[in-house]
Amino acid sequence: MAILSLAFKSLFNRRYTAGLILISIALSVSLLLAVERLRVESRNSFAHTISGTDLVVGARSGSINLLLYSIFRIGDATNNISWKSYQKFAEHDLVKWTIPISLGDSHKGYRVMGTNQDYFRYYKYGHKKSLTLNQGQPFKQVYQAVLGQEVARKLGYQVGEKIVIAHGAGKTSFTRHDDKPFEVVGILEPTGTPVDRTVHVPLEGIEAIHKDWIAGRQVAGLQISAEEALEKNLTPKVITAFLVGLKSKIATFRIQREINDYRKEPLLAILPGVALQQLWDMMGVAENALLVVTVLVVFVGLIGMLTVMLAGLNERRREMAILRSVGARPGHILLLVTGESLLLSLLGIALGLLLLYTGLLLGQPAIESRYGLHLPIGIPALREWIILGLIGTSSLIIGLIPGYRAYRYSLSDGMSMRI
Amino acid sequence: MPQTAAILLKDLRFGWRKNLPEVLHIPELEVPRGERIFIGGASGSGKSTLLALLAGVNLPTRGEVTVLGETINRLSGARRDHFRSDHIGFVFQLFNLIPYLSVLENVTLPCRFSQLRRQKATESGGDLHSEAMRLLTHLDMAHESLIHRPVTELSVGQQQRVATARALIGAPEIIIADEPTSALDSDMRQAFLRLLFQECDETGSTLLFVSHDRQLASLFERHIALDELNQADQEGR
Ligand SMILES: Nc1ncnc2c1ncn2[C@@H]1O[C@H](COP(=O)(O)OP(=O)(O)OP(=O)(O)O)[C@@H](O)[C@H]1O
Ligand SMILES: [Mg+2]
Repeated sequence: MAILSLAFKSLFNRRYTAGLILISIALSVSLLLAVERLRVESRNSFAHTISGTDLVVGARSGSINLLLYSIFRIGDATNNISWKSYQKFAEHDLVKWTIPISLGDSHKGYRVMGTNQDYFRYYKYGHKKSLTLNQGQPFKQVYQAVLGQEVARKLGYQVGEKIVIAHGAGKTSFTRHDDKPFEVVGILEPTGTPVDRTVHVPLEGIEAIHKDWIAGRQVAGLQISAEEALEKNLTPKVITAFLVGLKSKIATFRIQREINDYRKEPLLAILPGVALQQLWDMMGVAENALLVVTVLVVFVGLIGMLTVMLAGLNERRREMAILRSVGARPGHILLLVTGESLLLSLLGIALGLLLLYTGLLLGQPAIESRYGLHLPIGIPALREWIILGLIGTSSLIIGLIPGYRAYRYSLSDGMSMRI
Repeated sequence: MPQTAAILLKDLRFGWRKNLPEVLHIPELEVPRGERIFIGGASGSGKSTLLALLAGVNLPTRGEVTVLGETINRLSGARRDHFRSDHIGFVFQLFNLIPYLSVLENVTLPCRFSQLRRQKATESGGDLHSEAMRLLTHLDMAHESLIHRPVTELSVGQQQRVATARALIGAPEIIIADEPTSALDSDMRQAFLRLLFQECDETGSTLLFVSHDRQLASLFERHIALDELNQADQEGR
């Protein structure tokens, strides 16, 4: 105890250098913890991009591909599925609900998704959270649209805005359905999922704007006005994918097999949870790289401490000799020098935690409202305690290096004064 | 209580390393308690080495070092360190103080390592702090302006007086001073010695005083020339 108070005073005496080391350790510790917290939370929120949905069904391709275009609005479907097949499974005895999804168009770079009212009723994300509207209401008529939060915020749209849908997914698509604008009737709350970046319209709306289109091109001379289109049969012939909720989870694999074995059309049904996990694992490399970099940053901080401690040691041989003369044992010298490093890194860890929580308190609301990512401010999780423990242990091991050198010095010097 | 000698050396031999020649060979030396001894000798003659052996920081290659009746070369390392902190106070030539401790913390430093000296100091002064102040007052170092100054800002003479208070606190039986005056001018030297003698007399401590300065020798009761006492091969040194 006496020795630790000496260590503290010795550090305080070198408070400028010690302070700089302290800051570098604190910054690296808070960086590491922040990255860890972001990683865990983004994994969590990613795994909960969609919830409550038992199966995602699309044309047969890869399961990741299906997940990417149906849920994440990334890439395109290789094929559509027929309305008939959709109807068959929508009316299946074991199926509680379905949500049809029709993709292919866009608005200023944001994907447009055709669906129906069931989307607002059954679609869930996060921990079984339903979609809620921040403004307005769900669409009821053909030429109405509901915007995801980011679409409305980035483009500055309010309820009542008229928007034009472009054909295809590009940001600068030249072919636009400008004869049939949609009125924004609702804006959703932020979800932190791809829903935020989606323009939702009724399936009938998608059908209507394509009435005068055949095979992806507008047919010359076959102009059908917005009003005329409403007269026609707007039941789609094809959709891109659909989501399935079952009456009982037990039936999941049975229905999945039934869909995958469907004779009339090659379909693929996937369990979204499993596919999400696969997708995350694919991205795990980047995630780990980030973690490795921040671990290295902490390591660099500790090496900085080692350098300063070792550099100062030779000048302190006289101090060690004095301590020996008043009865300090070589073990005390070891404890003194190692204790200094340990004290420094423990203070660094404490300061790092302080920085982390200050950052979280300041940044949490902004991150939540912009990215829908909720960063908890609770006490460190087990993994974080382990990380802190590992930092503490490595600083102890690193601190033993100058400690051991001082110990050797004090054995060989004894009381003889060397400068 | 039969008074054992303060220091008793028997056939002491010491070399720093196996392959290096012997530095010290002292067939016999006895120092009674309470005596003030001057140890002289040329530079490199082994004076500091002898003190390190008496302090139990280094061990003789052969022979016995008996301090206050305790043959310290037979003690374990921990016991020797303990013995030293309990019974011996040190003053060195220069830079005696721990730079990051205050004047008072430097003076009371031995009490951090020795329960015995802490106890004796507390008994004498009421508490550690006042005992340290008492010693500093004797050494004319108790001015407010001095004791609150960082020790690195004290003059050499002032530092030596603080170091002396540290050696004296808790009344150790033996005070070892290794050239404590060589950085002082001759007036200061005299004053310093007077203070040191006075304090040693008060506590009845045995004083071992090492110096090159033969002029000082006359002030001591006994005078040892290490060059004559030391039988080690002269070429080795
Ligand atoms: N730690 C050490 N390791 C090896 N040799 C040492 C060590 N300390 C001292 N010596 C050697 O031991 C011999 C005696 O040294 P010592 O320091 O005891 O001399 P001294 O009489 O105190 O000299 P001075 O008056 O200059 O202080 C010298 O030859 C010195 O080189
Ligand atoms: Mg010497």
